[in-house]
Amino acid sequence: MNAIKTTDLTKYYGKARGIIDLNLTIEEGEFFGFIGPNGAGKSTTIRTLLGLLKPTGGSAAIFGKDVVKEKESILADVGYLPSEAMFYPGMRVHQILKLSADVRKKDCREETKILCERLQLDTDKKVEELSFGNRKKVGIVCALQHNPKLLVLDEPTSGLDPLMQKEFFSILQERHQAGTTIFLSSHILSEVQRNCGRAAIIREGRLIACGSVEDLAKTSAKRITVYGDVKLEQLAGIKARHVIDGGCSFLYSGDMNELVQCLSTGQISDLSVAEPDLEEIFMHYYTDGGEVE
Amino acid sequence: MTLVKHELRQGSRTLAIWTAAIGFLFAVCVFLFPEMKGEMDGVSEMFSSMGSFTEAFGMDRLNFGTLIGFYAVECGNILGLGGAFFAALLAVGVLAKEEKDHTAEFLLTHPVSRRRVVTEKLAAVLLQIFILNAIIFGVSVISVAMIGEEIPWKEIAMLHLAYFLLQLELAGICFGISAFLRRGSLGIGLGIAIMMYFLNLIANISDGAEFLKYITPFGYAEGADIVANGSLDAALVLPGMLYMVIGIVAAYWEYGRKDIA
Repeated sequence: MNAIKTTDLTKYYGKARGIIDLNLTIEEGEFFGFIGPNGAGKSTTIRTLLGLLKPTGGSAAIFGKDVVKEKESILADVGYLPSEAMFYPGMRVHQILKLSADVRKKDCREETKILCERLQLDTDKKVEELSFGNRKKVGIVCALQHNPKLLVLDEPTSGLDPLMQKEFFSILQERHQAGTTIFLSSHILSEVQRNCGRAAIIREGRLIACGSVEDLAKTSAKRITVYGDVKLEQLAGIKARHVIDGGCSFLYSGDMNELVQCLSTGQISDLSVAEPDLEEIFMHYYTDGGEVE
Repeated sequence: MTLVKHELRQGSRTLAIWTAAIGFLFAVCVFLFPEMKGEMDGVSEMFSSMGSFTEAFGMDRLNFGTLIGFYAVECGNILGLGGAFFAALLAVGVLAKEEKDHTAEFLLTHPVSRRRVVTEKLAAVLLQIFILNAIIFGVSVISVAMIGEEIPWKEIAMLHLAYFLLQLELAGICFGISAFLRRGSLGIGLGIAIMMYFLNLIANISDGAEFLKYITPFGYAEGADIVANGSLDAALVLPGMLYMVIGIVAAYWEYGRKDIA
């Protein structure tokens, strides 16, 4: 069954764009990455899926249930970590966690205790005394403590120190192994590359690529590094060129024969052709749409 | 019920402060009466000869020398205004604060319907208003007993009922407004309470503005009329209750459909 399926999902805020004709299918059990810069529509997508926003057009379903009509039943199976988790001032951490469990009518004290220990969260503190990172941890426990079938995480690692990030992702991997579907929205590509099986890239409200993380990284573009003296000015399809000591490095998406011919005219001491990492692909997708390169 | 409990806990300090403040002023006011009673003949005359000021506060129709006359004006203004502020501020913030403090994202991504959130928050508002009024009523009866006056049960009950209804009406209206707000709710709540209060003063002063009594809940919570008639004026109370219901219906309608920022 599909954990998430959106069909031409569209959201406008008045005239302002949110997302346009988003078609996304995520199978149950996937660890899915959702990549895009700030303002691309990542949070809008998530908030529409969770019923905070009403779609302007199209539809979306989670576990086969319509996100508008069967919202409460969907939310019982979902754990959501907002990018900026805010809680009721004056309440202590354990009260927040208890409130969240009570509203879900679930007793998850055992899981709560384990998670708080692993994330080193002091549950006696008042929420307004917490740092951004510690507030994030409260959000994480709230999202995970009831063992949801689907985890929706909106930029989960911001504010967490590297050790905590590592612990957090190992918890996520355990959940993933146990069959939980994870939807990870992020602009940190290495995070997605390390953890996700598939990913989608969103830009200005539209989905511009979706596939396995390897496939996304395996576009026609190659990262070429040339040492020596060669004139590349006539060559079409060069991006992100920068000069390095004794040569230059660039992304190449043009014709390979032309590249080889061009290179043969120069004096080359060393050459490497490599798959670009997701980070570079990302830049590639974002500069492809007619932006200033 | 979880959300009602949560809301009551969140509001407990505010409720305690308002109740204590109004209760204290109330008791002080009642305790002033024996002292003033002797001098009342002169004062009463003075109060009843201040022209439109007298009319504005209904002092032309009340005998300031009796406990209930004194009570209706003095205590009436304290509970009338204080209760109105409390009810308006409480109700106007109860839905809006979730978006203002960004806790809506937390609350509404739990498996609760918007309708249930509105219902439980409304219940919490009404309950808090009830608690405040019940305690003030107790304080009032005890302090009247303490100064050795006979308790005018019927009149006091009528007055307090009127103020309770007034607060419910304002709460209902402000609750409806709250559903439309994202931030900055306090000013609107205060503004509405003050505006309603002054509309009644204007209605008292000017015969041409009598119709304003049908708009403001202070119209039916006028101590002088209640004591003189021994009852509430249904012609004024019913439109008020209608405004309350409209406010509540508007809250359900808007909160059920709005985008949560």
